[in-house]
Amino acid sequence: MEKFEKITGVAAPMPLINIDTDMIIPKLFLKTIKRSGLGVHLFDEMRYNDDGSENPDFVLNQPAYRNAEILVAGDNFGCGSSREHAPWAIKDFGIKCVISTSFADIFFNNCFKNGILPIVLPQEQVDLLMKDAEKGENARMTVDLEAQEITTSDGEVVKFDVDAFKKQCLLEGLDDIGLTLKKADSIAKYETMSASARPWV
Amino acid sequence: MTAPKTLYDKIWDAHVITEDDDGTALLYIDRHLVHEVTSPQAFEGLRDAGRKVHAPDKTIAVPDHNVPTTLDRAGGIISNEESRIQLEALDKNARDFGVHYYPVDDVRQGIVHIVGPEQGWTLPGMTVVCGDSHTATHGAFGALAHGIGTSEVEHVLATQTLIQQKSKNMKVEITGKLRPGVTAKDVTLAVIGATGTAGGTGYVIEYCGQVIRDMSMEGRMTVCNMAIEGGARAGLIAPDETTYEYVKGRPHAPKGAEWEMALEWWKTLYSDDDAHFDKVLVLKGEDIAPVVTWGTSPEDVLPITASVPAPEDFEGGKVDAAARSLEYMGLTPGTKLTDIPINTVFIGSCTNGRIEDLRAVAEIVKGKKVADGVRALIVPGSGLVRAQAEEEGLGEIFTEAGFEWRLAGCSMCLAMNDDQLAPGDRSASTSNRNFEGRQGKGGRTHLVSPVMAAAAAITGHLTDVREML
Repeated sequence: MEKFEKITGVAAPMPLINIDTDMIIPKLFLKTIKRSGLGVHLFDEMRYNDDGSENPDFVLNQPAYRNAEILVAGDNFGCGSSREHAPWAIKDFGIKCVISTSFADIFFNNCFKNGILPIVLPQEQVDLLMKDAEKGENARMTVDLEAQEITTSDGEVVKFDVDAFKKQCLLEGLDDIGLTLKKADSIAKYETMSASARPWV
Repeated sequence: MTAPKTLYDKIWDAHVITEDDDGTALLYIDRHLVHEVTSPQAFEGLRDAGRKVHAPDKTIAVPDHNVPTTLDRAGGIISNEESRIQLEALDKNARDFGVHYYPVDDVRQGIVHIVGPEQGWTLPGMTVVCGDSHTATHGAFGALAHGIGTSEVEHVLATQTLIQQKSKNMKVEITGKLRPGVTAKDVTLAVIGATGTAGGTGYVIEYCGQVIRDMSMEGRMTVCNMAIEGGARAGLIAPDETTYEYVKGRPHAPKGAEWEMALEWWKTLYSDDDAHFDKVLVLKGEDIAPVVTWGTSPEDVLPITASVPAPEDFEGGKVDAAARSLEYMGLTPGTKLTDIPINTVFIGSCTNGRIEDLRAVAEIVKGKKVADGVRALIVPGSGLVRAQAEEEGLGEIFTEAGFEWRLAGCSMCLAMNDDQLAPGDRSASTSNRNFEGRQGKGGRTHLVSPVMAAAAAITGHLTDVREML
């Protein structure tokens, strides 16, 4: 997995609450058997008109935000399905960090598996960052995972929490499966115990 | 004396392999359900790394999201090239890696969350995962069941474990009794209406109370199915005689001495009297009416007797969200919900595609006709549900009433196959999500119970089913 250490980039504002996984990547793009190439379909139904042309009102189509690397979003971002196509599309577009007051559980986990940092902050701090993001391409935020700090374009610093294990995985780009396989002996021991305690499983 | 535990605590503790100081645990997974949409990249990852499936005997694969549900599918005709490739990939992966597999032409094929319980794969006290958010369904058995992403699917395939942080405990108690015409679907929607779609975030919900005790296993599955729509990682219901009765004799349920051994453990799976819950919600069964959603979030729930709300009825970010929903749904505040015409009815899905759902629908529509201009689909949750319905004469009732009576699959719940709403179509649907575009781009979804959907099919508008009882 690609490492996440520190990024400085444009933040796009999406204040709408309950942005669901069907909005992030509609189901017709779930038929792929690959992980790559979904960025062009990110937010497809909001981003494109029926004739396939871009909807100029949509934030990521505006010149200032076309290369956004950070998303500041409304509450409960990523609710809905377990489709990892949602973070795949976000990552493929070039967004590496999403900030909101809350995330749906599965989406939140999926982000970490793909080198994306989801940050949960209280409403007033999200409001502050939303305002900063609304300034357009001059508003470049810095997200520093090691220091657990976001710095706004005005130099204001916002601290954030992150789970220690997930932080380490992101910083070092660790592969979960590789880590777990190091515990193969513990898994085998559990399976032996379980086979006698719950043979029907 | 050990500290009192919740049901969730007990199942969690029984599956922890290792736990770090920060609470990160490696959890053993008893059952891994796999479907065609969220698994191809995971199997590809295994192949690339030269890994095997760690426990193929605990892994069950079935195609459901993409499969056509039209009667001609037996000929193997799948017009959509990408869907066909995805189904072929599952077929190859299931056979190459040697997991249990129910192909499209097997009568046991169906929606993964219907097949698991039906075949006795899902049992009390288990950990169950699937690359699908509605894995919550299996919580009805007192199994810790939740959806995972494709990276985690690969992790479970390779190791039969998941790296997890424990969630908090939430209790949702439904007291008393339900009134006539009120179903498990109304209960689960009413709970989401009360908590909001983010209200359960960070929690595992245990549903309890007299209404839950009185519910059949199928009703309990409907309730737990939508725990995810309230944001919860999982929904749980403590197993009881109803559970054991349902499980006993199923193909993969334990038998003989193992059954007795299992039963002994299952009977310890309940929340202790003084167990701590971080959050508690109590609803009176008698207060729950048949409900319908008006917007584009499952929390947009109202009793069928109400009217369409206005954005200014809400606060905070919900004001703009409600305005957007109303515009998308083409609704005017103040309109009575029962005055909203529909042109499509979808009955099915992992929420409401089981035999009891179909029986309840048949009771409403028997001898009646689907209203003019309404397209009405009934899609059974599995081939066995369809066979049972045929045996009971329900299929005939449906076709005589003017319903399309289909083969098993996810169908119009998420519209990955050809069963889709066209832009502007409005449906009364027994599925679980009313998101923008969920049932087809530009389609408008009102979530309801099976009997409410049946009533709407007959009248052509959202209808209070209690008037037809």
